[in-house]
Amino acid sequence: MADVRAAAVGQADPVVAGLVEPSGPRPRRALSRRNIVIYGTLLLFSVYYLMPLYVMIVTSLKGMPEIRFGNVFAPPVEITFEPWVKAWSTACTGLNCDGLSRGFWNSVRITVPSVIISILIASVNGYALANWRFKGANIFFTILIVGAFIPYQVMIYPIVIILREMGVYGTLTGLVIVHTIFGMPINTLLFRNYFASVPEELFKAARVDGAGFWAIYFRIMLPMSLPIFVVSMIIQVTGIWNDFLFGVVYTRPETYPMTVQLNNIVNSVQGVKEYNVNMAATLLTGLVPLVIYFISGKLFVRGIAAGAVKG
Amino acid sequence: MATDASRRPNSLFRNLNAKIASIPMIFTALVVFVGGTIWTVVYSFTNSRLLPRLNFVGLDQYERLWTTPRWIASIQNLLIYGTLSLIFSLLIGFLLAALLDQKIRFENTFRTIILYPFALSFIVTGLVWQWLLNPDFGVQHFVRSLGWETFTFNPLYDQSIVIYGILIAGLWQGTGLVMCLMLAGLRGIDEDIWKAARVDGIPMWKTYLFIVIPMMRPVFVTTLVIIASGIVRIYDLVVAQTSGGPGFASEVPAKYVYDYMFSAQNLGQGFAASTMMLLTVMIVVVPWAYLEFGGRNKRG
Repeated sequence: MADVRAAAVGQADPVVAGLVEPSGPRPRRALSRRNIVIYGTLLLFSVYYLMPLYVMIVTSLKGMPEIRFGNVFAPPVEITFEPWVKAWSTACTGLNCDGLSRGFWNSVRITVPSVIISILIASVNGYALANWRFKGANIFFTILIVGAFIPYQVMIYPIVIILREMGVYGTLTGLVIVHTIFGMPINTLLFRNYFASVPEELFKAARVDGAGFWAIYFRIMLPMSLPIFVVSMIIQVTGIWNDFLFGVVYTRPETYPMTVQLNNIVNSVQGVKEYNVNMAATLLTGLVPLVIYFISGKLFVRGIAAGAVKG
Repeated sequence: MATDASRRPNSLFRNLNAKIASIPMIFTALVVFVGGTIWTVVYSFTNSRLLPRLNFVGLDQYERLWTTPRWIASIQNLLIYGTLSLIFSLLIGFLLAALLDQKIRFENTFRTIILYPFALSFIVTGLVWQWLLNPDFGVQHFVRSLGWETFTFNPLYDQSIVIYGILIAGLWQGTGLVMCLMLAGLRGIDEDIWKAARVDGIPMWKTYLFIVIPMMRPVFVTTLVIIASGIVRIYDLVVAQTSGGPGFASEVPAKYVYDYMFSAQNLGQGFAASTMMLLTVMIVVVPWAYLEFGGRNKRG
């Protein structure tokens, strides 16, 4: 019966079959040519993207003799954690030999307050823009967004002067202010769009009940918008941790963030180059954003999609 | 809350809390972004050296800028790097996004792998690729040790190709972002479009080329603006990977600005160079902003 029916169907619509067949979905086998091309290409690219990470890891676990006589892709014969210890606690930048640990703690001291302050300010800005629009608010917002495209180099020196006038040039406070300023466009945009999507009835009901600007922000908006705070935090932590330019311009050597110190360690001209220590130091610096990336997963992607304007 | 009658006379105090809360934003927009930009442009017409001084010298700084070989090299590098980086990151980014969009298995794994370099800083990127491209230990050494003794791939120490060495690193870091944006764009295309194209018997590549890509125009434009404004800023990658060397073969404008402002103590030159950078960005951003926001009225 089944055979007959299949034959009948096959005979019944040769026209339709002829129309659909060239591009219609065929039963796919696991190893169709199409799949080989797709997965092959993706695997090839994956190798390109993963290779540097792999090389960083294996190099940082080798001793210098092994590096000199082996090749970069070979896994370590004798695993040693000495380069990591050295990178963390005794690697030299100029005269200081206390390793990357100092840069790490500087970066922590820069990142934590910068992230908190910049997110608080940006969220309040976004809230004011979405729910309490006053005359001219949109003009400032437009300037803010367009300003995100101005090259930092144009504003670097005026900010030096502003910070000097405030008496915080060269201090961590100054750098926190700078990060707050430059994180503002993207995060304000993020929060504005989010708060604008909150149903207005909720806001109106709170107004009717007599809640003011701050009460609505702290009691209603803030508890509702935890996901967007997380997205914003991901953007800010990775952005500030990875910053180099502001760190080098607005801090002194003893308060250099990790990226600046890393660059000074690796690109210092004195002494014998210790590639394993360099790679351990590089990995250590990349570790914080990498951990955030792998933990946050989809939220990171969302942050990128939302924060694409940052450029 | 005040009544309607009492609100009108002093409109300054209307919505006062919102205004107070927006002070940081207003300060950033007006003082830092607008004020700072105007300040830099104005001082680019002065002969400030160690300290900014209002001693106007007309276009002298710009004349000197465009006769300085190092600046010319920076601009050339930016052009080469920028053009190739735009082309390749759009091509590769779109290709990867299209592949990931084929309802494949392990999509998340592949996406994670392609995107992770974007989480890393340019300093880390530059230093890894400095090591990989190291002629004595890196890729060149590896290929030679496989038996191809004359293999030469030494971009970081060869003035004529050093910018391509930086391009490889830049693409490694940045294509994930493009892929992500493109994938979001592809996912925004209605499934019915695909079905209709399939029913009409249009081959897949034609559907992409003539239907999907034209539909994704806004995504492409946004991506283009994002990559382009990022390219103009390129700084840390070069500092980490080559420090602008060998010689000044891999100098870029942002580095020129920094060096003149903070090392050479020639502020006027730095201001003039940064004004040129601003001009470059404006050439990209203004037409885009006009198309995006000028044509239609407010979006909300």
